[in-house]
Amino acid sequence: MVSHKTANLDIDRLLKHYALMWRIRAFEEAALQAHTEKLVLGAIHPSIGQEAIAAGVCLNLRSDDLLTSTHRGHGHTLAKGADPNQMMRELLGREGGNSHGKGGSMHIADFSVGMLGANGVVGANIHITAGAAHAIKLLKSDKIVCSIFGDGAINRGPFLEGLNWAVVFNLPALFVCEDNGFASTTSTSSVTGGKGAAARAEALGIPSLTVDGNDLISIDEAVRSVISSIRAGNGPHLLVAKTYRLSGHTASDPDTYRLRSEVEKAWESDPIVNLGGVLRRAKVDAVILDNHESNARIEMAAVFSEAKAASWPPLSRAFEDVQDIGDPRQEAF
Amino acid sequence: MTTMTYADAAKQALTEEMRRDPTIWALGEDLGRGGVFGQYQGMADEFGPERIVDTPISEAAILGSAVGAAMSGTRPVVEMRFADFALCAIDELVNQAAKARYMFGGQTKVPLVVREPMGMWRSSAAQHSQSLESWYTHIPGLVVVCPSTPHDNLGLLKSSIRCDDPVVYMEHKNLWALEGEVPDCDPIPLGVARIARTGQDLTIVSWSSTCHEAMLAAVTLEEEGLEAEVIDLRTLWPWDKSAVLDSVEKTGRLLVAHEAVQVGGFGAEVAATVADRAFSSLRAPIKRIGAPRVPIPYAPPLEDLLRVTPERIAAVARELMR
Repeated sequence: MVSHKTANLDIDRLLKHYALMWRIRAFEEAALQAHTEKLVLGAIHPSIGQEAIAAGVCLNLRSDDLLTSTHRGHGHTLAKGADPNQMMRELLGREGGNSHGKGGSMHIADFSVGMLGANGVVGANIHITAGAAHAIKLLKSDKIVCSIFGDGAINRGPFLEGLNWAVVFNLPALFVCEDNGFASTTSTSSVTGGKGAAARAEALGIPSLTVDGNDLISIDEAVRSVISSIRAGNGPHLLVAKTYRLSGHTASDPDTYRLRSEVEKAWESDPIVNLGGVLRRAKVDAVILDNHESNARIEMAAVFSEAKAASWPPLSRAFEDVQDIGDPRQEAF
Repeated sequence: MTTMTYADAAKQALTEEMRRDPTIWALGEDLGRGGVFGQYQGMADEFGPERIVDTPISEAAILGSAVGAAMSGTRPVVEMRFADFALCAIDELVNQAAKARYMFGGQTKVPLVVREPMGMWRSSAAQHSQSLESWYTHIPGLVVVCPSTPHDNLGLLKSSIRCDDPVVYMEHKNLWALEGEVPDCDPIPLGVARIARTGQDLTIVSWSSTCHEAMLAAVTLEEEGLEAEVIDLRTLWPWDKSAVLDSVEKTGRLLVAHEAVQVGGFGAEVAATVADRAFSSLRAPIKRIGAPRVPIPYAPPLEDLLRVTPERIAAVARELMR
C-alpha cells in the first residue's frame, strides 16, 4: 500500500492521472483482445502495471515537448495526447492509423502531439532523443525531450553514448528508465553488472533520481522537479522508476519464467489500485473512481469496434513515403 | 574558370549551404580542427562550435542524434571520418534514418547527409580502405552518391544537403587533392549520370575514383583505334539507367568497373539491368571488373594487386572487342 498525507494532495490533478491510467489499462486490454481475435498479427508489448510512469511523466510534459519511446509504447503515446482511435487502427494495420497502418504497434508515433515514435530496436530512441534535444538547443527553443526506455536498454551502447552526448552538450533531455525487472524474458539483474542505471548515469555526471514507479504521486512530484531543472538549463537528468511488468513480454509470451506467486503478489501493488486507495482515503467518492474505470472501458471498447470496422490501407500506400529522390513510385527496381 | 581541389569543392558547397540556411550544421570527430582530412578547415571560425560540432568518438551517437535532429527541424551533415567506421552506426542509418519516414507513415522526414570517405588510400589496410557503396543501394529510403570530380563534389553535395532524404555521401579519399575545373557552383541533380567521354565502340560504366582509371584506359584504347564511352554514374541510388541503356544501345558492349569487391558489387546490378532491358543490343557478354573477394592488405605490392587499374580495364575492353 502506498501512503501519502491526505492534506497535501491535489485531488483534481490526481483524478486526471487516475483517469489516464485507466484509459491506458483499458487500451492495453483491448489491444490484447485484438491479439486474441487475431486482428493484431505482429507482436504487441502490453504495458499493464506500468501506467503510473506513462501518466506521471507525460502529464508533466508540455504539448510541444517531445517524447520517444520503446516497443512497449502504447501507454506513453496515449499519455502524450494521441488519439486512441488512430492508435488502435494502427495496431490493426488499418487506414486511418497514425502511420496508415505501415508501422503498427512497435512503431506507434504521433508527431502532431510531439510523440516521435516508439522504436523496435531497444535503446535506439536514446540517440534520437539526444539529437532532438540538440536540435532544440540549436533552434534556441525552450522545449525538452523525454526518452522512456526499459532496464534492458541500459546494457546497449546508446545508454552510454547517448547519455554522454546529452551531458557534454548540456541538452534539455529527460531520460526515464522504466525498470520492470525484465529484459524480454530474462531477469535484468542477472545480466547487468554494477549498480544499474542510476549509478551508470551518475558516473557520467548526470543527476539521477530513483522512485517507486507504481506510486503515481512520487513519480509526479519527481518528474515535476526534474523537468523544471532541465528547463532551467541544467542539462539532462535520469529518472529510474521501479515497477513490475504484470503481463508477459509480448501478448503471446507464455510467461513461464516467473513464479505465479511472484506475479500474483505484484498485482497487489498495481499502480492503479495504489492511486485508487490514496484517493479513497482522501474521501473521493467511490462512484467517481468507479466511473473512471467504466468510462475508460466503454471508450476503448468503442475504439476497438471502430478500428475493426476500418478498411485496410489502399495498396498504393506500400509505395508511399519511401523517399523523394529515387521514389519507388517511379523507380522501384 | 575556377580550379579547386575535390576537398575544397566540398568545403565550398557546405560553407555556401550553411550561409544560406541556419538550420544546417555539421557534426563529427575533430571537425573543430578541420576534420581528419582537412575538409572542414577554418569552418569553425566562421560558424562557431555550435554548428561545426566536435563530437566524442561515438559513431552510433553521431548518426543516431543526427536522426533525431533531422526529425526536429534541422539539417545535419554527419562526418563519419572513414566509411569503415560508419559500420558502428549501421542501426542508426539503416533501421532508423532510412525507415523513419516510411514506418511513421510520412509524419516525418529525415533530411541528413552522411559523409563516408571511402576507398583505398595510402596503405590504410583492411579497416580504413573499403568501398561499401553497394550495401547502401540495397536499403530502401537511402540515396547513395559517389562523386568523382571537384565540380561534382561541389554540386552533388549541395543537392544532397537540400534533399529531404537521408543521403549516404561517399567521397573517395584518394581524390581529396585532385584539382579540377569548377565552371559553376550550382547544385547538380541527383540521379543524373555524367558522360565523361563519348565513344562508339564500347561503354565503360564507373563511379568515384575508378572513373579516372577508366578515362586513362580510354586514352590507351583510343591510341589503338577503339572509342570508349565512359559514363560516371555519380549517384548509385537512384542510378541513371537511361544514360547507360542509351549508350549500350549505341555501342553494343558494356564493361562496369569499380574499386569495390566484385561479388555483390553494384556492377552486378548494372549488368543485370542491361542484360534484362537491352539484351538484343548486346554484341558481346557484359564484363565486370572489381576487387577480388579479399580484405584490403597493408603492404603496397599486395594492395596494388587488388586495384582496378587502367591496364586491367583496357585489357578487358580488348577482350570485349574480339
